[in-house]
Amino acid sequence: MSSRSFAIGLGSTPKRVLPGFGLSLGISLTFVSLMLLLPMTGLFGQLAGLSLAEYWAIITNERVVASYVVTIGAAAVAAIVNAAFGLLLAWVLVRYTFPGKRLLDALMDLPFALPTAVAGITLATLYSSNGWMGQLLEPLGLQVAYTWVGIALAMSFTSIPFVVRTVQPVLEDMPNEMDEAALTLGASDFTGFRRVILPHLWPALVTGTGLAFVRSLGEFGAIIFIAGNMPYETEITALMIFVRLQEYDYAGASAIASVVLFVSLALLLAINIWQGRFIKRLHGGHG
Amino acid sequence: MSIRLHEIGKHFGRTQALEPIDLDIAEGELVGLLGPSGSGKTTLLRIIAGLETADNVAGARILFGERDVTHLHVRDRRIGFVFQHYALFRHMTVFDNVAFGLTVMPRKSRPSSGEIRSRVHRLLEMVKLEHMAHRYPAQLSGGQQQRVSLARALALRPDVLLLDEPFGALDAKVRQELRRWLRHLHDELNFTSLFVTHDQEEALELSDRVVVMSNGRIEQIDTPDELYRHPANRFVFEFLGDVNHLEGTVRDGVLTCGDASLAVDLEDGPEELLLRPHELELAPSATQHAHLPVCVTAISPVGAEVRVELEADWLGEPWLATVSHADYERLHLTRGTRLYAIPRRWHRFPDERTQQTAPTPETVS
Repeated sequence: MSSRSFAIGLGSTPKRVLPGFGLSLGISLTFVSLMLLLPMTGLFGQLAGLSLAEYWAIITNERVVASYVVTIGAAAVAAIVNAAFGLLLAWVLVRYTFPGKRLLDALMDLPFALPTAVAGITLATLYSSNGWMGQLLEPLGLQVAYTWVGIALAMSFTSIPFVVRTVQPVLEDMPNEMDEAALTLGASDFTGFRRVILPHLWPALVTGTGLAFVRSLGEFGAIIFIAGNMPYETEITALMIFVRLQEYDYAGASAIASVVLFVSLALLLAINIWQGRFIKRLHGGHG
Repeated sequence: MSIRLHEIGKHFGRTQALEPIDLDIAEGELVGLLGPSGSGKTTLLRIIAGLETADNVAGARILFGERDVTHLHVRDRRIGFVFQHYALFRHMTVFDNVAFGLTVMPRKSRPSSGEIRSRVHRLLEMVKLEHMAHRYPAQLSGGQQQRVSLARALALRPDVLLLDEPFGALDAKVRQELRRWLRHLHDELNFTSLFVTHDQEEALELSDRVVVMSNGRIEQIDTPDELYRHPANRFVFEFLGDVNHLEGTVRDGVLTCGDASLAVDLEDGPEELLLRPHELELAPSATQHAHLPVCVTAISPVGAEVRVELEADWLGEPWLATVSHADYERLHLTRGTRLYAIPRRWHRFPDERTQQTAPTPETVS
């Protein structure tokens, strides 16, 4: 309302009260163009050299399709595991006080800070048949290194912060009164959690899990050492791209990369739209 | 159901939030817990609800009727609790919020969904929100949200209803309306309820009895009328309304303070008298007994009475007087008018600290 009266008062050009709009938006757009849009345009430029049939042949190559299955399957498992444990970690970090809480909180960011190749080598050593964990698990018939379990493990290592860091602030903002209210109404702890707390965290949890999933789709460094890279079994899509690049087949690499890009974009977009609806409801938009 | 507390105290770490308290609330009573922030009133309410545990001492007991609930979990106490900030479930509709308590009951005792529906609609009718059943809390005003929260608390037909500053987050007009409405609802349904407030007007208007608290202690429990007329001590007197102070020295039955003097029937020595604003009369000339020259510094003619702020050299803090609109016009009061204050009555609480057990306020008419 105030902006409308402003517009009338000043004729056709309403003045903004907050300064710096032109400058900050201009710089933002330039940055986005250089850092995001330019490389993506380059990717599509590479694709231009391919006919539709060639493109289709590359992305439906049997070995590549097998890599999609491995990558998406492992990423889905990693994302689900991260959703459960990320929620638990965020819960523990927000709801309780205990010695070493700050340290645990800081540890959550480690996967972001650590070079992924370092994580990959460490995991591979740990879970190979003579590594600490491998020695324990192998007699139980559980092979982690060089199987898709290893891939999922590496993926969940690199992507857990996404879940923790998106759920944590929402949980912090949620008043204790909400679950106290559920308790005064006779709800058991579990019912209170399921019907009151979880629905409240749901959008953040889905976003965090979605981000973790998308991140896992593109992960390379952490996985490559533990995956074993056996054709049709433990080859991930990122490796297929890498192999094409090593053969100087830029068009082929771009074609496969474009598939990953589309899947990621579509997923992020879907989550955003869904979340927008949910949040609107919480803040009093239409029912 | 009646509520009885024995020896209920609370420490947070080493600080004592609540001195061991005994309190009896009769069935069907509406009792206000009144006190400034930090007086322990909310802690006491939360202990009764079971959201906080009392210090574990031998005699500590909480009884609802004959039922000992001291060690019962909050969910088994059968209380209704209303939070200051409503604490509605924001992702549920109004209907689902009110139905929540019924839908989480164990399957065996849970009413059928048809029964739940009709009960929720009756509750929503009672709080006059039946047309809002399918809205979300964010689409309601504060007053409406608090009514939903009340309906939700009453859905399980609780033994006692506990309200934590229920109107604290609402604006003055809505607060007034809800207060009256709650009083009616209480008279109609006759549940035992206990509410916390820091607003003395709210406590006096709404309660059958008021429990005045400060520093984790009960200062007085009485009906609003008794409380206002016969405050047990200085804290209660000062907390229940505006107070003017008159400090001076008494000699030969006259209290003097600078160029002001007042005839009092007291022994010689330093004295402090307390006066309510409506116990002050304003007159163009002094009387034989009272010579209190003052100067008008502010006037607020809104409401049933005119509030006048008075200042003088002999006064530490300005005084407040309320006069009728008729007097206001008769005296031609404007800022800067000089006149005399004549106390109709005054109060004193002598030697508060040494006589805390049985302070008898003296008042002179």
